[in-house]
Amino acid sequence: MAKPVSARDEILARIASAGQWPAPAAEREYHVAGSLSDGERAKLFCDRVADYRAEVRRVVAGAVADEVRDVCFARAVSRLVVPTALRADWRPAEVDAVPDAGFTARELDAFDGVLTGCTLAVAATGTIVLTAAADEGRRAITLVPDLHICVVDERCIVELVPEAMRELARIVRDERRPITLVSGPSATSDIELDRVEGVHGPRSLVVLVVAS
Amino acid sequence: MKLEAFPDAARRELADAQLRANLRNATDTIRAKRARVVDELTDWQELREAGRGIKADVLANLGRYLTSFETAVTAAGGTVHWARDAAEANAVVVEVARAHGATEVVKVKSLTTDEIGLNDALAGAGIHALETDFAELILQLDGDWPSHILVPAIHRNRREIRDLFARTIAPGIESDDPEALAEASRAYLRERFLNARVGVSGANFGIAETGTVCVVESEGNGRMCTTLPPVLVTILGIEKLVPRFEDLEVFLQLLPRSSTGERMNPYTSLWTGVTAGDGPQELHVVLLDNGRTKVLRDDVGRQALHCIRCSACLNVCPVYTRTGGHAYGSVYPGPIGAILTPQLVGIENAKSLPFASSLCGACYEVCPVKIDIPTVLLHLRAAAVRAGAPRGERLLMRIAGFTFGSAGRLRAVQRAARLVQRPFVRNGTLRALPPPLRRWTATRDLKPAAPQSFRDWWQSR
Repeated sequence: MAKPVSARDEILARIASAGQWPAPAAEREYHVAGSLSDGERAKLFCDRVADYRAEVRRVVAGAVADEVRDVCFARAVSRLVVPTALRADWRPAEVDAVPDAGFTARELDAFDGVLTGCTLAVAATGTIVLTAAADEGRRAITLVPDLHICVVDERCIVELVPEAMRELARIVRDERRPITLVSGPSATSDIELDRVEGVHGPRSLVVLVVAS
Repeated sequence: MKLEAFPDAARRELADAQLRANLRNATDTIRAKRARVVDELTDWQELREAGRGIKADVLANLGRYLTSFETAVTAAGGTVHWARDAAEANAVVVEVARAHGATEVVKVKSLTTDEIGLNDALAGAGIHALETDFAELILQLDGDWPSHILVPAIHRNRREIRDLFARTIAPGIESDDPEALAEASRAYLRERFLNARVGVSGANFGIAETGTVCVVESEGNGRMCTTLPPVLVTILGIEKLVPRFEDLEVFLQLLPRSSTGERMNPYTSLWTGVTAGDGPQELHVVLLDNGRTKVLRDDVGRQALHCIRCSACLNVCPVYTRTGGHAYGSVYPGPIGAILTPQLVGIENAKSLPFASSLCGACYEVCPVKIDIPTVLLHLRAAAVRAGAPRGERLLMRIAGFTFGSAGRLRAVQRAARLVQRPFVRNGTLRALPPPLRRWTATRDLKPAAPQSFRDWWQSR
């Protein structure tokens, strides 16, 4: 009796037997570098984030903690989870900011919100990019609580998607960090195409853009 | 398995006025949104060409990219399984769930898992597959199935959904406001997410070079399913690979704009194997063939495997926007379904699908990866005829060939037609020919033979 062939070997054999045909390298004539000034880029980012019905606030460096406090007070939020290495000067004294101690999903569910930074932001699409860096924390903390306050330093805003992906390629190759791209709050349009903000992810996204 | 013939299924679906109204409203809305955000990008055509070129490269070197992906996933702490067919893929998921004693798995909306009938296979093993996408949950609660790739419950309106929820997950719910309905599903699913031990997902892209898996979504249920459970199984069609991480810069521009008409979808998750202390600590990826290598053999048809499941071709199709997705009898509806399904299940089982098109070409124009759907449709129509056309049609075609073969015969037939057609011409159109020709005229306007042919006119000058 012939030895049974593994699924792997058989699939690879089927592919090989499909034959060979020429496939010239893909043409890449699309834009890979932006053309806006720093100020224009930051403004575009703010506009595009606001388009998703996220709240955008522009703040000066040094005023982040005050702004976070205002956001929390306005939303009656008293308890935030934060990444263990989050910058101390972003944490308002008046709000309980609890460092992530490896909470279970159920424990995270009891928090009102989460405060993080981000690695990059994309102006053209209004996207913030989380890569589990020190002041972003693991994926679950920005997912389970209902409010996400994200601090975006103007200097980490790029204009185009390719500019961001090239930076992310490095992070994945070197460190294999998980990546989450966030463009506005959770949403669905499943009922008669009416957009509803907030199904399972944070229903509110507040982006604080810090002037450099 | 033979699919129901499209004309029969379409006739049934067209009779549903509610469906047609919901569908028309939805597809018109998405079309307009898509057009707006596509116009924003001055390099859209260049992005399409890059997308096409990258996918063509993947298919031409598929074996190499698959083994590279396998090596990368394994090196990053994941386990790769290969599945020749649906049964093998389903068996992997059942086995993983059993190994962890799970009686329920949480699922992200995935066409691939619909294609292989995963939920039924799990149910057969005593495991409940909980759909967590809002629309999929609606359909699952009602024993219905998707009618659109992107908005699967597009054929349901808010009152129908409220009544369904009142019967099932939210007794006593009165409001049919979408916000209230979304809140009900959030409350119902949150508990299940927090307790889930095994998550199951499809994937939009797999990156051959790094072993990264990419899931694109809106609601956050995808993040829940791929982040919270300690164990995650992802089913990946072998054609879903892209060579390098940077290739995502093309597809993450093409997909959301073509699909939901947004500049970017709310959430895109990318994970590369297991990350200590963050997300699932046991990862499985199932590489699924299930007919794809058969499609690969066809020089013309293989471009159907470029598809990134955006659904733009559905929303512009004059056939789909009237019949809806159920008429296509497969998880892949619309123009892309008409070329993909017959190739996956064999043309002999879906002979009528390549004919479910007016060949207007709108699908080709909007396709973000430039799949030449009309050409593939014609190619498959030829294959369907080779696989056996109805005897009557073959006879008619032979008679037509014989007639057109000589000028004298054509003239004689034209003269005869002018006389015979008289009782059937109304308002310049041939109506209600006697059977079996009635099957043609019942749904189409046929021009009668002209009072004078071009040849006659030429000779009379």
